[in-house]
Amino acid sequence: MDSKEFRNKIRRIYAALFAFFGLLLLVSGVLVYAVLNPSFLKFENTDYVETEAINNGIENGIHTETGFIYDEGMQTVITSCTSCHSAKLVTQNRATKEGWIGIIRWMQDTQNLWDLGENEAVIVNYLAKNYAPEARGRRDNLEAVEWYDLVE
Amino acid sequence: MKRKTFIKNTFLGIAASMVGAEIVFSESIPEHYRPLILEEPDPYKLFNKSKEMTVLNNRPWNMEAKAHLLDDKITPNKYMFIRNNGLIPKDPDASNWKLVIDGESVIKPKTFTLNELKSKFKQYTYQLTLECGGNGRSEFNPPAKGNQWTVGAVSCAQWTGVRLRDVLDDVGLKNDAVYIGYHAADTHLSGDTSKAPISRGVPMYKALQEETLIAFKMNGEAIPLAHGYPLRLVAGGWPASASGKWINKISVRNKVHDGTKMKAPSYCVPCKPVAPGEKVKAEDMCIIESMPVKSLITYPKTGAMIQEARVLEIRGHAWAGELEVKSVAYSIDFGATWHTCSLESPVNRLAWQHFSARIKFPQKGYYEVWAKATDSEGVSQPMLLPGWNPKGYLNNACHRIAVKVK
Repeated sequence: MDSKEFRNKIRRIYAALFAFFGLLLLVSGVLVYAVLNPSFLKFENTDYVETEAINNGIENGIHTETGFIYDEGMQTVITSCTSCHSAKLVTQNRATKEGWIGIIRWMQDTQNLWDLGENEAVIVNYLAKNYAPEARGRRDNLEAVEWYDLVE
Repeated sequence: MKRKTFIKNTFLGIAASMVGAEIVFSESIPEHYRPLILEEPDPYKLFNKSKEMTVLNNRPWNMEAKAHLLDDKITPNKYMFIRNNGLIPKDPDASNWKLVIDGESVIKPKTFTLNELKSKFKQYTYQLTLECGGNGRSEFNPPAKGNQWTVGAVSCAQWTGVRLRDVLDDVGLKNDAVYIGYHAADTHLSGDTSKAPISRGVPMYKALQEETLIAFKMNGEAIPLAHGYPLRLVAGGWPASASGKWINKISVRNKVHDGTKMKAPSYCVPCKPVAPGEKVKAEDMCIIESMPVKSLITYPKTGAMIQEARVLEIRGHAWAGELEVKSVAYSIDFGATWHTCSLESPVNRLAWQHFSARIKFPQKGYYEVWAKATDSEGVSQPMLLPGWNPKGYLNNACHRIAVKVK
């Protein structure tokens, strides 16, 4: 073995080692990133995102995070309504279909609400069904009284 | 799966994906998007409020008391309702705070620093009743849109400041002044900086009353942030929306102020009575001025159970907007008979008055104690809901508590 051949051999080993450690560094880097950011390796899994979210968030028919009633159109309502104001502003109100459309028009006129396009019907149907006015008299009974002994 | 679609889907599903203890896909949230949950601090800590207060809305913040929390003669901050139309200014700087007085009807606009206001003008302290125009809205039928206040959007704190009229005198007004309108540092919910969340005001006769203050203290301390720090208007007895918070400008107008929420249906009621649910044209709506007579039983808390033959002491407050309360009565038989309560005079005009009574119940059973106040013009609270109006304002129906005698 002459010195030239020897040098080439060393160079090849050097290159192989370089590639090996480079790869090792890359893989460990990816792994560390994946540990810190668990969804990094879950690109393909959008269905998982949505079903997971909805199943986790519903208790007794109520979406726990927002308080919305779980029904068709809820996701569209959440997306459209809660970027400016709290879900509570919706869920504490009651209105007919016409009433909800009126509220949307008012928000479009004064509150910079965008044109809801096809979503409007979805939203209005959801709200008119789940947040409809209840038949009430001119004064309700006192409800949900928590009884306690009044100490002297 | 394309990354772009993934982000879009995540964006759409974002509110839903925020549920549960862990934010699993947090790293996928587009950078500019801040879901509400991440911006939701504990409002009780944030505003030094009692945990018993009810949060009606967290964007914008709206919070109300319950009747029994309002038992203090002077409402402390922890039990004071919060009503916001927009977002609370972040870290207002009192040392550089300025108030501009301008408008068509000032001779020459003038700017005062907060310190100038404090040193140049005599300071006054009054206890002033502030009630949200929509207090009691939740009871209207058909329902009215907005925060569904029950009974707790009222307070009567001690406010210290300078008289608006002294400041206006100093600036100098033209003869054609009609209205003042405030402008403030809160921001529109949409983030649109060209829009004010609210800019209301009062006619000159109210602006020039002795008790109408440009206030910088509440209950002897700097006004809490949620209540207008460092400077606010206080026009007691009127819808609290007339008492602008975080004010930096007052415009003296030669017409009715036309700021945000001055136009119907905001803070307006039908000029003539309408049937429940009736559509009312904007031109048939009138701006609310003085709030109506009202009262609240603050002790005991509803749901009290007492032993037979025990005398029940009740107490509470009554107020009547611009007027004084002349009498308060209670009933334990749904209004069939009424009995007089003892009633204190107000500590100053526009402060609520305290009433109390000792009640004997004829036998065991379920009772409701109803209170009814009558103002100095002989007008009383209705037992049923007052006239329906499109936005559900001015519900001054009698307050009642449930009591059981065992």
